[in-house]
Amino acid sequence: MAVASVISKESGLSRRSFLRVSATAAGGLIVSLYLDSSLLAQPKPPAKIYPPDAFVHIKSDGGIIIQVNRLEFGQGVQTSLPMVLADEMDADWSRVVAELAPAADVYKDPVFGIQMVGGSGSIAHSFQQYRELGAKTRAMLVAAASEKWQVRPEQCRTEDSVVHGPGGQSATYASLAEAAAHIRVPENVPLKNPRDFRLIGKDTRRLDGRAKCDGSLKFGLDLDLPGMKVALVAHPPVFGGSPKTLDDKQARSMPGVVDIFEIPTLRKGTAVAVVADKFWTAKQARDRLQVDWELTGLGKPDTTQLSQDYRKIAATPGNVAVSRGDLKALETSNPADQIVAEYEFPYLAHTPMEPLNTTVRFDGDRAEVWAPSQFQTFDQMAVAEVLGLTPDRVTFHTEMAGGGFGRRAVPDSHVQREAAVIAKRLQGTPVKLIWTREDDVQGGYYRPMYVHRVEIAVGPDGLPAAWRHVIVGQSIVADTPFAAMLIKNGVDETVVEGIADTHYEIENFHVSAHQPTVNVPVLWWRSVGNTHTAFVMETLVDELAARAKSDPIVYRRKLLNPEGKNLIAVLDLMDEKSAGWRKNLSQGHAVGVACHECFGTSVACAVDVSIENQRPKVHRATVAVDCGRAVNPLTVESQFQAGMSFGLSQIVPRGAITFKDGYVEQNNFDGYTPPYIADAPTAVDVHIVPSDAAPSGCGEPPVPVISPAVANALSHLTGKRYRSLPLTVL
Amino acid sequence: MQTYKLTVNGQSKEVNVDPSTPLLWVLREELKMTGTKYGCGISACGACTVHLAGIATRSCVVPISLVGGRPIVTIEGIGEDRAGRAVQDAWVSEDVVQCGYCQSGQIMAAVALLKSIPKPTDANIEASMGGNLCRCGTYVRIRKAIMTASQKLA
Repeated sequence: MAVASVISKESGLSRRSFLRVSATAAGGLIVSLYLDSSLLAQPKPPAKIYPPDAFVHIKSDGGIIIQVNRLEFGQGVQTSLPMVLADEMDADWSRVVAELAPAADVYKDPVFGIQMVGGSGSIAHSFQQYRELGAKTRAMLVAAASEKWQVRPEQCRTEDSVVHGPGGQSATYASLAEAAAHIRVPENVPLKNPRDFRLIGKDTRRLDGRAKCDGSLKFGLDLDLPGMKVALVAHPPVFGGSPKTLDDKQARSMPGVVDIFEIPTLRKGTAVAVVADKFWTAKQARDRLQVDWELTGLGKPDTTQLSQDYRKIAATPGNVAVSRGDLKALETSNPADQIVAEYEFPYLAHTPMEPLNTTVRFDGDRAEVWAPSQFQTFDQMAVAEVLGLTPDRVTFHTEMAGGGFGRRAVPDSHVQREAAVIAKRLQGTPVKLIWTREDDVQGGYYRPMYVHRVEIAVGPDGLPAAWRHVIVGQSIVADTPFAAMLIKNGVDETVVEGIADTHYEIENFHVSAHQPTVNVPVLWWRSVGNTHTAFVMETLVDELAARAKSDPIVYRRKLLNPEGKNLIAVLDLMDEKSAGWRKNLSQGHAVGVACHECFGTSVACAVDVSIENQRPKVHRATVAVDCGRAVNPLTVESQFQAGMSFGLSQIVPRGAITFKDGYVEQNNFDGYTPPYIADAPTAVDVHIVPSDAAPSGCGEPPVPVISPAVANALSHLTGKRYRSLPLTVL
Repeated sequence: MQTYKLTVNGQSKEVNVDPSTPLLWVLREELKMTGTKYGCGISACGACTVHLAGIATRSCVVPISLVGGRPIVTIEGIGEDRAGRAVQDAWVSEDVVQCGYCQSGQIMAAVALLKSIPKPTDANIEASMGGNLCRCGTYVRIRKAIMTASQKLA
């Protein structure tokens, strides 16, 4: 999400923090980090009690448990943040175990001020934090050893969880843990010279790799508690609907059904919850509900109609995001020297492989929640609100998530609210709410549908002399807590990001946006606005290059301004690494390129594409990345390889959510189909620009570049331009 | 409700469930073996893949009443098999997983592939693994891990 910079600017959150330590009963050392400021720079908040083992726990057997202050859902942070801490701590990596931290103030993102994953900010925001935590822990262990040996700390060195003294003494961290717990936490400790990193910058396999390959890892959906019940919910077929009549006689008569009742759901609608002993019972009971839905007066979205409406609106200027220079060239130039292009993008569902779920047990004066959540702070508050508790009475466990891509970061916490309402009724019983795949595909919170209209006057030099750009589509942040920060001059920044802040030098540039209200809940989808803006920008720049009879890489270099220097670096690296295969393309193949910067990371890619069975076949992709210092290059490579496939979700033929008369027309993976192995690139080679700069994220930046690169290759093969996604017909 | 005798990973099990209950939910909720995943319930994603009498099968659409005496092998038991262990090891050494949710099914499909075609081509992989969805998109590394396991088993 593009939330990062904005929140940090407005919150003025201090990054100062201090550590507190305590000894454990078992003789271990516990290091806690306390932030001295909380969200939005409120005046000194009263001291709070945090879980004692906040970040590091050195066990007496030498095991080191490191808490990860955010959700792991594939992006690899559950390995890379422990690497950062363990490196500064000189911990024995083979003994490090990572745990996902529960919801607590101490685990809030140091920049966002809430506990969350988003905006590709995990490493970017917590790199320094985890380095300092590791260095302070190490310093305390060294101090304990030097006290014991009566030597100066500087005379000691550390390696693999052992302190070595000047006279050949040595002591394991485990043996020093209890003494170290009594040492005062140092305020400032020197961090390693990057030259001395032992883990940071080294290919490191995931800590959760084995457990995800032998079936032992428990995801949120795998939770099993004594006496637990399962809840499914029948949602209204149009957002905001309610049961007019409900006949649940047949459903209630099924053995194993515990209760059936109405609950509030999103857009002020009412749904029907079915609670049973098992999933299959709940599913069958839900199928037997006879509900006549009241749908009158509701907005009934129809994507065919929306397409016509949006295209009409796009012909008029909207709220202004960028206005510089003038558009005279568009008035004066010959139509033959202009490009007028209309693009259309559909609603997209996230469909993480693990269906949405949350388990809640309400005990009257407190509650416990187990949720694969990207937004722990919001979700904990939402459950507390529903149950009439303060958030500190709600213990919130972060469960490992099977993907998310933004879908588990919903500002209104609607899944957790449903789970809490159900648990409230069944006080004392843990209830696991499961959204089936059908619920997920039809349940809203999609990447919005967008239309772009772009008019470009092409100058005699082949470069854009004037550029008018209108974007039409729902705001993602309207009516959320993010609105005040992200809506400027009536423009949702997440709608225009990737265009408004382009590094292409366009002197005469006008960007505006219309944000209609539609009865469809929308949300950020991995890389947010860049999903569509990069497609428009990168296919148009390619078209401009073709008109100028220029090589598309050379043309991009020429059009980029000095602020795009990282893009030039990745273009150069991609150019170099792909030169060999680009020169030796097979018959019927073409190259497509694209580059894009988002979330502080610059990416360029080249793809080798042919047409097979009227579909693009991506034989290989070469990707170059500048993400600052790559903490775990293996994760960066993996994110970019797989992110290419994720990005192709946008062009696969069934890659659209459509509406007719208010109803979603798809309901599972047969109608809304992300890429399978044959749709994905056969090979992807990833190259990282060496850098000492602060690390930036790699979760979202892989996504935007691949679709425009493939579309550009197709244009070279067919001579057509592709402006509507998904690519249903070639 | 009816009683069924099953052989899961070589062990005898008995469950008392509605005959329409899919094998997937018997494994997950009756036998508490949650390594086999629910992803779609319509045989479109492959996250629930198990081996039924050695054949890679979508357990989400097989009612327990149709299992009969056929032995069931799940992700929890596939490591006992030489090919299964080789595939799991290759998955770990190639660092295939991201979110990991689909990987039980991917591994079960890959083991079945290597048992029928020890030296698969790209086309064999696309045909055999073609219905196993990975939303993270780890396909490039899946291909590589299959090749690694294939070489190890040769």
